[in-house]
Amino acid sequence: MLLKRLSELNGTSGAEGLVRDFLRQQIEPVVDTILVDKIGNLIATKNGRLSGPKVMLSAHMDEVALMIVDITSDGFLKFRSVGGIDARILVSKAVKINETLVGVIGAKAIHLQKRSERQRALHFEQLYIDIGAKSKEEAAGKVKLGDYAYFITKCEPFGEGLYKGKAFDDRVGCAILVELLKNDYDAPLVAAFTVQEEIGLRGAKVVAYTLVPDFAIVIEGTVAADVSDREEEGWVTELGKGPACSLMDRTALYNPELIQWVADLAHARKIPLQFRRGTCGGNDAGPIQVSKSGIPTIVLSVPCRYIHSSVSIISEKDYTACLNLVAELLKELPRKFGVSSIAKEENV
Amino acid sequence: MDLDFARLGELTQIFGPSGSEERVAEFIATQLRPYCDELKTDTLGNLIIQRHGSGRKIMVAAHMDEIGLMITHIDKAGFLRFTPLGGVRIPNLVGQRVKFSNGRIGTIGVENLEKPNDFKLDKLYLDIGVSAREEAEQFVRIGETAVFVGDFVESGSRIIAKALDDRIGCFIAMEALKRTKSIHELAFVFTVQEEIGTRGAKTAAFALEPDLALAVDVTATGDTPKAHPMSVELGRGVGIKVLDRSMVTSPQIKRWMADVATDRNIPFQWEVLEYGGTDSGAIHLSRGGVPSGVLSIPTRYVHSPAEMLDKRDVKAAVNLLVALLESSAEL
Amino acid sequence: MSNEQMQSAREFLSLLSAGSGVSGYETSIASMVQERFKPLTDEVSCDVVGNVYALKKGNKKRAKIMLAAHMDEIGLIVKKIDSRGFLRFTSIGGVDQRTLLSQEVFVHGRQAVPGIIGSLPPHLLQTKDLDQAVKMEDMVIDVGLSVAKINEVIQVGDVITLRRETYSLLNNVLAGKSLDDRAGVVVMMVCLEELSRLQHTHDVIAVATTQEEVGVRGALTSAYTLNPDLAVAIDVTHASTPDTKGQVSLELGKGPAVALGPNIHPAIYQHLSETAREQRLPIQIEPIPGASGTDAWAIQVTQAGIPTGLISIPLRYMHTSVETLDMQDVLNSGKLLAYFIASLPDDLEELICY
Repeated sequence: MLLKRLSELNGTSGAEGLVRDFLRQQIEPVVDTILVDKIGNLIATKNGRLSGPKVMLSAHMDEVALMIVDITSDGFLKFRSVGGIDARILVSKAVKINETLVGVIGAKAIHLQKRSERQRALHFEQLYIDIGAKSKEEAAGKVKLGDYAYFITKCEPFGEGLYKGKAFDDRVGCAILVELLKNDYDAPLVAAFTVQEEIGLRGAKVVAYTLVPDFAIVIEGTVAADVSDREEEGWVTELGKGPACSLMDRTALYNPELIQWVADLAHARKIPLQFRRGTCGGNDAGPIQVSKSGIPTIVLSVPCRYIHSSVSIISEKDYTACLNLVAELLKELPRKFGVSSIAKEENV
Repeated sequence: MDLDFARLGELTQIFGPSGSEERVAEFIATQLRPYCDELKTDTLGNLIIQRHGSGRKIMVAAHMDEIGLMITHIDKAGFLRFTPLGGVRIPNLVGQRVKFSNGRIGTIGVENLEKPNDFKLDKLYLDIGVSAREEAEQFVRIGETAVFVGDFVESGSRIIAKALDDRIGCFIAMEALKRTKSIHELAFVFTVQEEIGTRGAKTAAFALEPDLALAVDVTATGDTPKAHPMSVELGRGVGIKVLDRSMVTSPQIKRWMADVATDRNIPFQWEVLEYGGTDSGAIHLSRGGVPSGVLSIPTRYVHSPAEMLDKRDVKAAVNLLVALLESSAEL
Repeated sequence: MSNEQMQSAREFLSLLSAGSGVSGYETSIASMVQERFKPLTDEVSCDVVGNVYALKKGNKKRAKIMLAAHMDEIGLIVKKIDSRGFLRFTSIGGVDQRTLLSQEVFVHGRQAVPGIIGSLPPHLLQTKDLDQAVKMEDMVIDVGLSVAKINEVIQVGDVITLRRETYSLLNNVLAGKSLDDRAGVVVMMVCLEELSRLQHTHDVIAVATTQEEVGVRGALTSAYTLNPDLAVAIDVTHASTPDTKGQVSLELGKGPAVALGPNIHPAIYQHLSETAREQRLPIQIEPIPGASGTDAWAIQVTQAGIPTGLISIPLRYMHTSVETLDMQDVLNSGKLLAYFIASLPDDLEELICY
């Protein structure tokens, strides 16, 4: 299953190789051209010879992970996060390094702690990975500084109609993008699987500059905090209510007319849609929207509970609805551009 | 079924702090004499009521003692200092009335505090309305205990009183013994000193060597404003204890109790308590171990002079206890 | 130490580790233990508290030697199901709340339901939040089911275990949950295997005890039932890690830790040390000034008193789901115990007399 394979691949910012290779294999039979640019973005085009507005679909390949920054004298590994990880979720986890080496992030036994210690969260500086090495030399023989450690999490069906796994942010986006590419369209399409989103939206900046599309749709995984008795206004998005359309975040303020267009289309096609009720975070749309003279951009996200931890949850319903909605948007876009004035103004 | 709640009222008002449970024992003995074969008190003061039978030896335990205060010092002006007996909530004591075995009543006061954080046990004193040590000594001695004043009130389906912990357990045990047609060998033990360490239960169990034990005691609820999350609520039935600090109820016992309740349409609720313990905690580890369960009565404001419970839960508890005693389940 | 023995010990430990047996709910582990110990002993039975007894008769059947290792693990229990179908829980045994976030679990209702102890997304946290450990009472378990479905399969009082397989790290180092004290149970198995190759005078009863994590309850009752002449408990102890410098001096891979102190009968400590020396088995010394925090504490004062010893397997990250030990220490512990038993004098009185 596509999502499962993508979720279980390991690839963080600056080290997306395995994900890129897999994606390349998947899309080769259904696209016209493929290239990998100078920073590692995977770019594919379809229907390049057709006329019409050029639409860019993008999803990022990198997941948050850990980078080994030091080996202690006893052979333990010190690390830092690549992208935003709450250190509190790291304790008592198993990680994989270089695809074959397993290590564990332990914690001082509860019996050895003072009560006040138990109240304080452990920070990155206090944590380390144990690979069972007996010495610094032995550890150095197996691991190099700069190697990456990834969570070990199986992607599986969960509960009713849900999936659990790691890296749904943004392997769901990558999976949806692959499935979209298998269809045919009337207009030129470019798919960008970007790199280094998690550490500053870096790949997107480059890709937008190079491609200069007329319109961009970013497909993401986003926060769903609809947990337990957390107040509804703090949920941001909710599982099972469809993809979430962004209104605003730290990196972009989205055009209200476009958002209305998306909402109307979703309503007309009876596809569930919710809004991302929160302005925290950012994504590739940020640099894309302000690239060169500006690019009309929208973001559609699949809600993920427990995002940026070792295991997240998404709803199959949301995944499918997101896929369908983007497919409908792609069909409608050529017509939209003929009628609307926004795109034209922004492209001047 | 008609339960004699007036009796419960009397029970709650009897003076019986840990270590001085005689009057409670006497009352219960008088009530139960016609319903048993043998009746005795042991070294610690446990009241053991036996009804012979074939089958298993089942021990039912409910504790007679209530929490109280023990006098440790009488000062020149006749004010008393004290130490708590059992889980007394120190912050709740100021302004409370307490009563001694001879009926003398006093009010708890607190010294003037420089900072609210200074509030501790040694800042409290008991005022029994005298003006000098000599006068005080006419009414109380050092080492004597006092219990809370809290009269018994029926309010709709609720009951409010002091010492429902665990006079309600005693009451339920009494009502069950009067009603049950069980063929098993029954030993109803009204225990002492539960509040200070389940001590009566420990010795009674060692002596009796039962095959099975059931304790009846109170538990907390999670149904008051911004309560610590807990699923137990007043009026939703008798609690079947899953866990507390003194015991993890075995899955077989849990299942048996729930099956019997379901079978007889007795409303029950699962009870998980994150602190505290009961007599079964001591009994289940006696000798080589005794399979044990607990019937828990949901109660608000435990260890205050105005504990509150619901009659429906009490009725459910009596029904369940009777049903369990008559159940021939093999364990 | 043959590779085969290492393999079989590792397999049994992995099996036990992945199994569910929270304090008071050890039945499935008990079955595994009974099955494994049957071919190694003369009689296997269990008592009302769930303790498993495996008797291996000695050739002169003089005294009763009790071995005790606990099979229960710490875990969680459902205490409330909220209106949106998320589960509130509390712990059974000493669970460090800091190890729970982002952990996969099984809720043992009508069937084992997978769940996740979730966390708040970093984007929504204030910086001050990041310094505070999330309290257990603020955590919930997400099982991804509707409230209606949940009520069909899950109830308040259902037990919850962590979902974790064992991982093989370098150098025979193994990581997983509940190695405390399933590793001790495996030590007993290795000991029984070794004893079948040796001659021993006294009867040996290996007891897999229950409910150690909530108050050494299985040990209390089983010691009473057996009333042995001598007992040795097998548990785990802390091994040093980068953050325990100055607090812990025992190390992984340097052999079992033999305890001494008031909880331990001095003659037993003596005899264990001598045996290790004679058999060239590595051991470390663990001085304990008071309670050992193991089954040994309860056993020592049962009935009229029982001479008790304690050996412990060095273990990192105790009470997390990634407890880590060296399988070599497990094998060496089993061997040490077997030789200790086989070399006990026929007349124990002499040995244990003060």
